[in-house]
Amino acid sequence: MFLINYLNHQITMTENIDLTLLDWSRAQFALTAIYHWLFVPLTLGLSFLVAIMETIYVRTGREEWRKITRFWMTLFGINFAIGVATGIILEFEFGTNWSNYSWFVGDIFGAPLAVEGIVAFFLESTFIAVMFFGWHKVSKKFHLFSTWLVAIGSNLSALWILVANGWMQNPVGMVFNPETARNEMISFWAVLFNQVSVDKFLHTLSSSYLLASMFVVGISSWFLIRKREGYMARRSILVAAVFGILASLMTAYTGDESARIISKVQPVKFAAMEALSEGKTNAGLVAFGVLKDSENKIGETKLKDFIIKIEFPGLLSILTAGDRDAFVPGIADLVKGNHQYKLISFEEKKSRGEMARKALMDYKSAVKSGDSQERDSLKGLFSTQSFQDNYFRYFGYSSVEKAEDVIPNISGTFYSFHLMVVLGFFFILLFSLALFYLFKGTLAQNRWFLWVCLLSIPLPYIASELGWIVAELGRQPWIIQDLMPVSKAVSNISSGSVIATFFIFAALFTTLLIAEVSIMVKQIKNGPKH
Amino acid sequence: MTTIMISHLFLQNYWWIIVSLLASLLVFLMFVQGGQSFIFTLPGSEMQKTMIVNTVGRKWDLTFTTLVTFGGAFFASFPLFYATSFGGAYWVWIAILFSFILQAVAYEFRSKPNNVFGQNTFDIFLLLNGALGPLLIGIAVATFFTGSQFSLDNMNRVRWATSWYGLEAVLDVRNLALGLAVLFLSRVNGLLYIVNSIDDEDLKKRALERLPLNTILFLIPFLFFVIAILLSKGFAADPATGTISFERFKYLHNLLQMPLVLIIFLAGVAGVLYGLFIAIFKKNDYSVWFTSLGTILTVFAVFMLAGFNGTSFYPSAYDLQSSLTIRNASSSEFTLRTMMYVSFLIPFVIAYIWYAWKSINVNKITDEEMNLNEHKY
Repeated sequence: MFLINYLNHQITMTENIDLTLLDWSRAQFALTAIYHWLFVPLTLGLSFLVAIMETIYVRTGREEWRKITRFWMTLFGINFAIGVATGIILEFEFGTNWSNYSWFVGDIFGAPLAVEGIVAFFLESTFIAVMFFGWHKVSKKFHLFSTWLVAIGSNLSALWILVANGWMQNPVGMVFNPETARNEMISFWAVLFNQVSVDKFLHTLSSSYLLASMFVVGISSWFLIRKREGYMARRSILVAAVFGILASLMTAYTGDESARIISKVQPVKFAAMEALSEGKTNAGLVAFGVLKDSENKIGETKLKDFIIKIEFPGLLSILTAGDRDAFVPGIADLVKGNHQYKLISFEEKKSRGEMARKALMDYKSAVKSGDSQERDSLKGLFSTQSFQDNYFRYFGYSSVEKAEDVIPNISGTFYSFHLMVVLGFFFILLFSLALFYLFKGTLAQNRWFLWVCLLSIPLPYIASELGWIVAELGRQPWIIQDLMPVSKAVSNISSGSVIATFFIFAALFTTLLIAEVSIMVKQIKNGPKH
Repeated sequence: MTTIMISHLFLQNYWWIIVSLLASLLVFLMFVQGGQSFIFTLPGSEMQKTMIVNTVGRKWDLTFTTLVTFGGAFFASFPLFYATSFGGAYWVWIAILFSFILQAVAYEFRSKPNNVFGQNTFDIFLLLNGALGPLLIGIAVATFFTGSQFSLDNMNRVRWATSWYGLEAVLDVRNLALGLAVLFLSRVNGLLYIVNSIDDEDLKKRALERLPLNTILFLIPFLFFVIAILLSKGFAADPATGTISFERFKYLHNLLQMPLVLIIFLAGVAGVLYGLFIAIFKKNDYSVWFTSLGTILTVFAVFMLAGFNGTSFYPSAYDLQSSLTIRNASSSEFTLRTMMYVSFLIPFVIAYIWYAWKSINVNKITDEEMNLNEHKY
């Protein structure tokens, strides 16, 4: 829904773009990404849980642990297949639907994608066959080793795609080459160790471990409610709750880190997350709030005020800059500029971006007319650090018409972010209670708690998707922060084709999801094989 | 000295070789699709069907991953191809992907209880992927020789000239011929893999019975495509200026001017034919080794013909000068070099795949194994 609202809001954006094409291309990417992400976190987390369980089996030699391992492994397999199915389309969609983007950044984005294929996917797909079919064909130790390699392989595949995503949020390690009209990588390590990518990787992984732990705890609780498989359920809860509490604490910590870095590299997104219209010192961190349209407008876009809010005074300033008196810029400061805090306005960024674009066009005509002196001097200009830092870095603004077009959907970003955070704290509480009751030996008696665990299974899924909505909605209109708006990235195909594929994928993925859930529920009801 | 030798030109050639290698491994591994395409016609019993599905099914992931890596490596090394072809020939690629989405769930879901749509639906998914995957990939690769309908602007943005977005490729009989050749080659390799990996005399007999017809259906379009391409004009790129022009017998010239490629090509074709010969006439269980190796060599040579010796590997018949070569479509020298270091891992990857494959394939698949209480498709 946020997406639809945002799309409506974007209709005002112009510049000879086929808006229907842009909207449907974005909708298709959102659809396929959201579907894919329903399955990936469980794969990432459950692979490690299964590996831990099998390790216990190999070390203790107890047959019960083998049974436990195989039960969760079966569920892993069902989920894995549909994750793979929904994943392949995403890789190729960069080309099919965002081809201009693919060329503009292919020199950087392609490398992590290829490394992902060579290093991670083969590890995963090769050893998954051993994991499923090798129980009686390879030694116990080699089988265990394979299970661990599947976990490592699947987690490594997440690394590279997140590095690519992190680069889009904070483009580093490259320089623009006017000759080829694209960004070219100059430091692989800068791309790999980009602060945004590192935080994103750790936050995504820990939240996925949390999700898988909740899945295991929830399903095990169902067995306890039904008074079935008591041994397996309690052992599974023990492993998953320990893993889950570590993961949820790690999620909170890395989330905090991520927010801090976003406040530096994507301040507009950060202001939208907090619905901060006007900047201030001693800014409070909103714990809960309801938004309304403000009288304060930028162009035709109304900013937001709070109907009610509960906040921790000064905490936002402290968290972002370590100081209660630090200024946290609001959306108005970031768009209109603020002299006192050296924030430059949208108009200034746009004019700098236009100068960079003009230099590129002049370079192109110099090449065409054979004016080698002009060509070389402009090429020289592009290679200077000050031109890259002060002009080219605003290149994308030359394609954005109005100031309000750089403001993301504030309500969507704000509510998604806050709901995610609240859920994050709830999970810490839940895993703590699960361990508490388990050690007290009263878990099975507290049926209300078992029900809470069971009903909480969908919550980490919601939180995880909300996290992506914050990341992707909050950075609009940029596909690459400040360098390229989505409108410039889209493939030049008929909107009819994209509308058709949108509905094909919507129908197909929904169909497959129905089958997946039905199979999963049946396998759970069947329980472990005796 | 080394820095001079590892020039941008060298790296572009190197990456074309890697991409070609991935393509040839992909076509070989499509024996999985070939096997799937027989799901309704080959087995004489439910048990035989189960054995077929489980035999090729244990390798589906590998084919799938090779396709994904082929896409990723192509993106990384020749991003302009990725942007142009995927963003232009939209429907061809979407159709290919669609069939692979169906495959990825079909194995895991087909025999599970409560799968909502029934085993037959998922088996039809396997058939669709088995038939459409190789056919469409073959057609897409044929356009490397016959050309596509696109133009690029001065910012390298693609505009496709037809509203069919790639599907028009089906209308060129040469494209269709390569599509059919890849399809029937996959089917032949699928049959021979089944013969090699399943311990069932009746199934072996049934598979070998189907071999001659599928061999003929592979050979006719394959020879037609090869002859048509060798005799037709091709898209030549001037090494100095990059200007594209038509050259008569371009691909024949390439073959003769690159004797090593000629040898690889002939060795590949000979390997496939020898494998088919010993399978049909000697009922040999190991013929799949020869046809597989032959497939890899042949496809590799075909890619060499498309990209090397001053040739456009992704030509535009609509606007000649928009045609892509491994020179104008590649990544920067820095990126290609970085990626080259990563590619040194490939032998290691192949080694562990080989090891894992061997440990799973130690014994032939039997009906007893299918009846065990184990993970099964």
